[in-house]
Amino acid sequence: MFAEKVIELLKESERNPDTIDQFNDDKIRQILEEMDLLFKMNMNDANATTENRSLWTTVQVRHSALERNKRCLLAYLCSRMNKIKTLRWEFGSILPADIRELLSDEEYEWFSKYSTNLASYMRSLGQDIGYSGIDLTENLKPPKSLYIEVLCVLDYGKLELEDGDVIMLKKNSRHFLPTSECQTLIRQGVLKQIT
Amino acid sequence: MESNVHLDLSDEEEEITAETVLKTLQTAWQNERLAPEILPHHNDMVECMLGQIQHMERNINKLAKTDLRASIHKMELNRIKFVICNYLKTRLNKIEKYCIHILNEERLRLETSTNYLTPSEYKYAQDYLLNIENHIKSVILNKVPSNMQALEMNKIAEYPNLQTHVFLKANEMVNGVVLEDLTGEDEEIDLEEGSQHILQYKPIADLVKNGKVQLV
Repeated sequence: MFAEKVIELLKESERNPDTIDQFNDDKIRQILEEMDLLFKMNMNDANATTENRSLWTTVQVRHSALERNKRCLLAYLCSRMNKIKTLRWEFGSILPADIRELLSDEEYEWFSKYSTNLASYMRSLGQDIGYSGIDLTENLKPPKSLYIEVLCVLDYGKLELEDGDVIMLKKNSRHFLPTSECQTLIRQGVLKQIT
Repeated sequence: MESNVHLDLSDEEEEITAETVLKTLQTAWQNERLAPEILPHHNDMVECMLGQIQHMERNINKLAKTDLRASIHKMELNRIKFVICNYLKTRLNKIEKYCIHILNEERLRLETSTNYLTPSEYKYAQDYLLNIENHIKSVILNKVPSNMQALEMNKIAEYPNLQTHVFLKANEMVNGVVLEDLTGEDEEIDLEEGSQHILQYKPIADLVKNGKVQLV
């Protein structure tokens, strides 16, 4: 049946709404081939319809199948773009290698462009009053307390705090740090909050 | 919250403004979070508050690190920063979601200089849409049969649901709000000052924008 593959594609990505899967290059190619085939068949029959009106319905059904394929493909891309956007807010402008692999080359390019655009917007904030911009990806959660206790999960090295103090982040060491300064590190998986 | 702001300000006149600015910003934030569509920006307020934060940060740095006041003020600052960040972020999310719709409306509004977006938000929205377009084109549209290659913007656009219901509080007396009924019968109601209602968003959208009511 027409447009069956595209439904499979959408169902696959729907199955894990919160995580991103490998970009399904293969299936997309198959769908594009199907569309090509449908189109060619339509072209043939469309030329013949002037004599034979009975082919008209067939052409229309194929055309709807084409439209459906296109719409679903776009939906697939859009849902992936939304997921990629979430990645930008979670990981910052550099993606971990294992996630990077899940994106296609074009998607990675889109990610970089999105990231650049977001960064230049954030830089422009408060520029008129001599501010160097605000990082909106910090402060994602309402601040509950000024300091939190964190456990360092891996050897990270030196971290300079806002007030100029430098601390060493070693594996399995515990620290009592300002919440605002560890948010990014927590999201990157360097630190873990212990309450 | 306000009491901490005024502790840091020296002269009488500024004290009132900082409070009002923060209040306006909080209301704007609340409205923005609860309204289905994008609201006019409050960039002046945001910038004013950012300036205020800078000022307060400098004052805090003068205090000793172990001073209790310093940590209370820092907490305060973090809260204000969160409000600002979340406010701007909520706007960005709406801009991304209803990008096509917002850009179309904004183009009309720019002609009359009643723009809702700040210049940088506008630029962000344009670039965002352009990136999506390019991406879709290079991955799918350039590879499909020739009669399918057009990208129909009006078909992929998302629109905010203005029919949704919202909780609201009237800041002042508003007379004659016209509510449309499904049956086509219009009903007129008056909102008393300080009263709270649950209404559809659409008839009160303008009241939210000019501050006569606020969403709660």
